[in-house]
Amino acid sequence: MNTLAALVPILPLLSFLVIGLNFRRLPKPVTSILACGSVLVSFIFSVVLFFHIKGGNPTVNVTLFEWIPAAATSLGFSFVVDPLSSLMLLIVTGVGFLIHVYSIGYMHDDEGFNRFFSYMNLFVFSMLVLVLGSNYLMMFIGWEGVGLCSYLLIGFWFKNQAYNNAAKKAFIMNRIGDLGFLLGMFILYVQFGSLDYQTVFAKASLLESGNLILTIATMLLFVGAIGKSAQIPLFTWLPDAMAGPTPVSALIHAATMVTAGVYMVARSHALYILAPATMMVIAVIGITTALFAATIAIFQNDIKKVLAYSTVSQLGYMFVGLGMGAFTGAMFHLTTHAFFKALLFLAAGSVIHAMGGEQDIRKMGGLKKALPITWLVFLAGTIAISGIPPFSGFFSKDEILLHAYEQNKVIWVLGILGSLMTAFYMFRLFYLTFAGMFRGTDKQKQHLHESPKSMTIPLIILAVLAVAGGLLNIPAVFGGSSSLNTFLSPIFGSGVEPVGEVSYGTEILLMSIAVIGSLAMIGFAWFRFVKTATIPVTDGIKRPALSNLLYHKYYIDEIYQFLIEKPVLWLSDIMHLFDVYVIDKTVNFVGNATVWLGKQSGFLQTGNIGFYLIAMVLSIVAFLVFGLMI
Amino acid sequence: MLTISLILLPLLASLILFLLKDKKGFHILALVASLAELVLGIVALFGFDKGAARNFPFDAMWIKSMGISFSFGMSGLSLLLVLLTVFLVPMIILTTFHRDNKYSSAFYGLILLMQSALVGVFTSSDGFLFYIFWEMALIPIYFICGLWGGENKIKITLKFFIYTMLGSLFMLTALIWLYIKTPAPHTFNIDTMVMVKLPLGEQFWVFLAFFLGFAIKIPVFPFHSWQPDTYTVAPAAGSMLLAGIMLKMGLYGILRFLIPSCSFTVIQFAPVVMIMAITGLLYGSVIAIKQKEIKRLIAYSSFAHVGLMTAALFALNVDALQGTIYQMISHGFNVVALFFIADIIQRRTNTLQINELGGIAKVAPRFAVFFMIVMLGSVALPLTNGFIGEFLMLVGMVQYSFYVAAIAGISIILGAVYMFWLYQRSMYGETKPVTAAFADLTSTEMWVAVPLIIIIIAMGVYPKPILEIAKPTVESILFSLKPLKEAIIPVL
Repeated sequence: MNTLAALVPILPLLSFLVIGLNFRRLPKPVTSILACGSVLVSFIFSVVLFFHIKGGNPTVNVTLFEWIPAAATSLGFSFVVDPLSSLMLLIVTGVGFLIHVYSIGYMHDDEGFNRFFSYMNLFVFSMLVLVLGSNYLMMFIGWEGVGLCSYLLIGFWFKNQAYNNAAKKAFIMNRIGDLGFLLGMFILYVQFGSLDYQTVFAKASLLESGNLILTIATMLLFVGAIGKSAQIPLFTWLPDAMAGPTPVSALIHAATMVTAGVYMVARSHALYILAPATMMVIAVIGITTALFAATIAIFQNDIKKVLAYSTVSQLGYMFVGLGMGAFTGAMFHLTTHAFFKALLFLAAGSVIHAMGGEQDIRKMGGLKKALPITWLVFLAGTIAISGIPPFSGFFSKDEILLHAYEQNKVIWVLGILGSLMTAFYMFRLFYLTFAGMFRGTDKQKQHLHESPKSMTIPLIILAVLAVAGGLLNIPAVFGGSSSLNTFLSPIFGSGVEPVGEVSYGTEILLMSIAVIGSLAMIGFAWFRFVKTATIPVTDGIKRPALSNLLYHKYYIDEIYQFLIEKPVLWLSDIMHLFDVYVIDKTVNFVGNATVWLGKQSGFLQTGNIGFYLIAMVLSIVAFLVFGLMI
Repeated sequence: MLTISLILLPLLASLILFLLKDKKGFHILALVASLAELVLGIVALFGFDKGAARNFPFDAMWIKSMGISFSFGMSGLSLLLVLLTVFLVPMIILTTFHRDNKYSSAFYGLILLMQSALVGVFTSSDGFLFYIFWEMALIPIYFICGLWGGENKIKITLKFFIYTMLGSLFMLTALIWLYIKTPAPHTFNIDTMVMVKLPLGEQFWVFLAFFLGFAIKIPVFPFHSWQPDTYTVAPAAGSMLLAGIMLKMGLYGILRFLIPSCSFTVIQFAPVVMIMAITGLLYGSVIAIKQKEIKRLIAYSSFAHVGLMTAALFALNVDALQGTIYQMISHGFNVVALFFIADIIQRRTNTLQINELGGIAKVAPRFAVFFMIVMLGSVALPLTNGFIGEFLMLVGMVQYSFYVAAIAGISIILGAVYMFWLYQRSMYGETKPVTAAFADLTSTEMWVAVPLIIIIIAMGVYPKPILEIAKPTVESILFSLKPLKEAIIPVL
């Protein structure tokens, strides 16, 4: 098992190296086989490991070598496979594999085909290191590694400087979060003399709840999660990140990387439950982000931007779950979200592919006929995210909301509100894309076609998962056994999530509120975009103030530019001037003053021996007098 | 004997080169000599005994009446810096192997002379010898910059020369002061010199003199104004020698002389030095963001990096010192790689103005990969060499003060800002007139680029051997400080 666990990340790494070193020579089929094959084998190993763990075997620990021998502890390059990481392994390699296969078709005509797959493999490697690491430093390797791959893939079409700006923005915003992560890690290191999960958690469990140092450390780690998982205030990079090829958006910016923050908090569960203040902050930031992003999503017209804001919003829900102590719920939602959001992005990619690169939903419509498979799977994903039973999103979102209801009714109300908005903007997107009449050009109309098999088969598999993913954790109220809860209980403990205090009757009632509300919103979306066939206004036409604000994403980018970017650039200029005109000039002044002094005293060197003699005698007298005086 | 050979080999080779007067193949001779030196360095690495305080000792009396001796030896730190030197010099020489090379044999002679002096600085066990080598290193670099530099070379090089000379004189004063305080008969033996127990009042002045000497060399804010101009105007090989190796002399000096000899004052004034160094770190990083010329950007970035190293030195704990030493080595390779990149761009396009560049990644993919990896090392991405050093330095600084580390940590963000922006503007986008025909790395250039890539990644993946070599030095430096640390209250 140890070898297997080590091979899971190493295979994609090897594939990356082979493709990366031969990116100009390898023919496309070879690259495809290497890239997809390595992830597939990793997936198979992950399945084996999963059943190994599920069979009640102890966790698998592998130390490849000693990495950094620091003063207090030695930091090993080591992996751990336990229920939590094995669940993540399945998602990363499973969804990752499907997206790799899809990419073969999607990227087929791109001249950077090999480069694309080498980056994708590198990403899978980094992500696997992130989830497999057995200490915070290992997680940080993956953490920054996925950030780099995200940068490389967002700016994949690097001729376009707007894309590059988006890539750079993503990296830098992530780096801001990473600094928080680092500092949090440092505190743990100083406090516990280790960064190993086991040691840190064991030592932390001896501390009292609400311990100040733990609170600060968990807050700082959470700053890292804010950056990586695109929460307020560091969320603006994610919508921009849609500049990357669509499979990238599906893999990195929906299913895996952006959930790293959720994984990190879940992994550090032992620390967070001792820091109630941090938990509250997480819940508040989560719910705020969920609502904030949902309102923006309602007014976006770019198919990928809607999905991007939706991702931000759904990640918010996961953090609400974490903040409310529903760790399993958050991981459950992470899993189902990986299915349905990857599905939605890939289906959107199929649409964009058919439309010849068009992403504006105002110019789509009526695509159901030309893209029947895409239509069907998109519908499945849309229903799943809208929380309609028995699709997967219903169960996972419900679990989070139920915990919210128990802990904090305000957050529950806001959560329901957000889920209503979700149903609305998703069906708005769905109807505008697939229903009604085609609004594109004639040329586009002739070009319309269903995607090749390599793209549709992954879509169908993901659709099945999105529909049935809820089976993972059917709550007791439906006679289920909460199997995910049981599986993850060695990590989160079975007593932490107090389900059952709410009576089944209340639980059913709460579910009904959410479902009926969502159905009503779907009806409203249908009425607005199908019945009355409203099309969002074209750019340039004046919008009402509120929708204008939302369309422009609350002007957050502009505010950041004004508050941070401009001042820093301005400071850079000022400091440079200071450097050249104050510091350097001072140094030069000292130098010149010396030269000047030398010149001024030059008159003493007259060459007149008489003068020298007099000077000498006077000096001797002066010395003598001076000597007598003291 | 090994240490002596390490000093003499490049010295002899440089003399031959001076005499050769541009006979054919002189640059090959220089390369061969530097490679032979590399072999000697590797022999030293394998013969090194981590347990011994002084490896490969060589002692011979020189001026008996003054207690001056020819005495050399290597600590773990010396070995690492010698290795840095012997690895970098062949690479630096190789970077000059191109068609429009206009360097004479004297140029290579100067490089090797400088190498000899640098090895001398890092291995001297005698303070007087140390000073001689210290000054000897300045002369070749003065000529390299003054003769082969760019615009305004004379003025800028002279300023650099006088400025660092001034610092050296301060350092000499401190050395002599320590010398006369050694028990009679006085000796220049460094280990004896730094053991001298100075009264507090005197210690302050010795501290100040040493600090000025080293701070100008490193440079520490605000003594840095010679640096951006000099790095910019120097020929590529000169910038590489300066930033890659020479500035480490200052950091080495702090570790070898300042901390052991003035431990009281060092602990007392550590906060002051840290503030200066971290000011420089953030100041350099912010200025780098808007630089328009690549070499100047690298200069400010290097200035920022050494700010962090200096600050970490004064945190005075194992992690911070280990991190600094690791970063001294990493930075040496990374900054040489950056200047190499700048040189390639300048030779191909005749410009270093960033806004005239663009789209190079499209036409020169190998170069783009090389630049990318160097950039990642420079912004300290995990699994590159830069990360190990920065991680240990910051971890060490946290143990000193959380706030100091947090403020210094901002540079991690700023570093990404200026490096990624530089990369984006020069490598991405559409090609411009000067970059349309940008040739990819030649096979000679690959001989420099590939080893650098390997070093950047290998040092990031497996740092243990280097850290283990450095550890005894770090522990012995900190050992004497231990009892003092609780007793002394810092000034701030």
